[in-house]
Amino acid sequence: MKAITNKDDGVCALETKQQDTFTLGGHVFSSRLIVGSGKYSDFQQTREATIAACAEMITVAVRRVNITDPSKESLLEHLSDIENLVILPNTAGCYTLDDCLRTARLAREAGVGDFIKVEVIGDEKTLYPDNELTIEACKILSSEGFICLPYITDDPIVARKCEDAGAAAVMPLAAPIGSGLGIQNEHNLRFIIEQSNVPVIVDAGVGTPSDAARCLELGADAILTNSAIACAKDPVAMAEAMMLAVRAGRKGFLAGRMPVKAYASASSPSEGIIT
Amino acid sequence: MAEIEISFNGELRNVKSSNVQELLEEFELSGRKLAVELNMKIVPRDSYQSATLSEGDNIEVVHFVGGG
Repeated sequence: MKAITNKDDGVCALETKQQDTFTLGGHVFSSRLIVGSGKYSDFQQTREATIAACAEMITVAVRRVNITDPSKESLLEHLSDIENLVILPNTAGCYTLDDCLRTARLAREAGVGDFIKVEVIGDEKTLYPDNELTIEACKILSSEGFICLPYITDDPIVARKCEDAGAAAVMPLAAPIGSGLGIQNEHNLRFIIEQSNVPVIVDAGVGTPSDAARCLELGADAILTNSAIACAKDPVAMAEAMMLAVRAGRKGFLAGRMPVKAYASASSPSEGIIT
Repeated sequence: MAEIEISFNGELRNVKSSNVQELLEEFELSGRKLAVELNMKIVPRDSYQSATLSEGDNIEVVHFVGGG
């Protein structure tokens, strides 16, 4: 008799590829794990973690070229042959509207497409976004044809205003950038997920695979995480763990959770108990 | 050929180049995925040759690095 197995052929065998996707600015994504490229020990590790995460989108920062040592390796060269990987430049480090717009325009000129993670920081210590300027930046950049993915606080009103400003998705934080604290206000994320007509990507604050799974269980379309992978003891293994967690969370969301009860409800029949 | 002094990525440099294309070659940066700003205005990739440099110009050349 042939044994029936339930084994996946490989971690990247996306059985749900056709059915379960989400769209950002006309681009269809089947991976719901967006990764960052910061804080890795080297580009090879960035590459391996990105592959292990089965990511289809990776964030990068825009910075001055080192003119003293131009021979330094380039990040993109290590990512260029990864299939279906979209580059998402960010405006990290910008504290003013002008700097954000300037960075976004430079990023596009560098030729990796129209995606931009709109990030206007309002406070150095918490790295909380300046929502007001972020909304304004979305308005301007969307009108210039950018596909705006704004990093915002977990505030439903701000999320709605970003959507009205033309954002292709909203990216509320779970907790401060790089903190790994996990979801701090699940209710707010729920409100945002419930009201949004664009994909909701939980960005920042995810610390563990269970945090990631939770975001997807709540109904988020995707998560964006950098530090949780790059700062793990074994970043490549963590990237795979995050990928599995995101899939588990998504499947759990689609499956629909059981109703919560205050008291116990026996799973085995009460009839036929031997006495 | 006379050198000119420009501000290049925040550093004062004496360069031989007379336009952006030459500058990128002088600093071994041509052919890479990068963006150029001359005096706060983006220089489109097809205009590197025609974007001439003058004494005191402010040039920024950026590329992508790791980030979240």
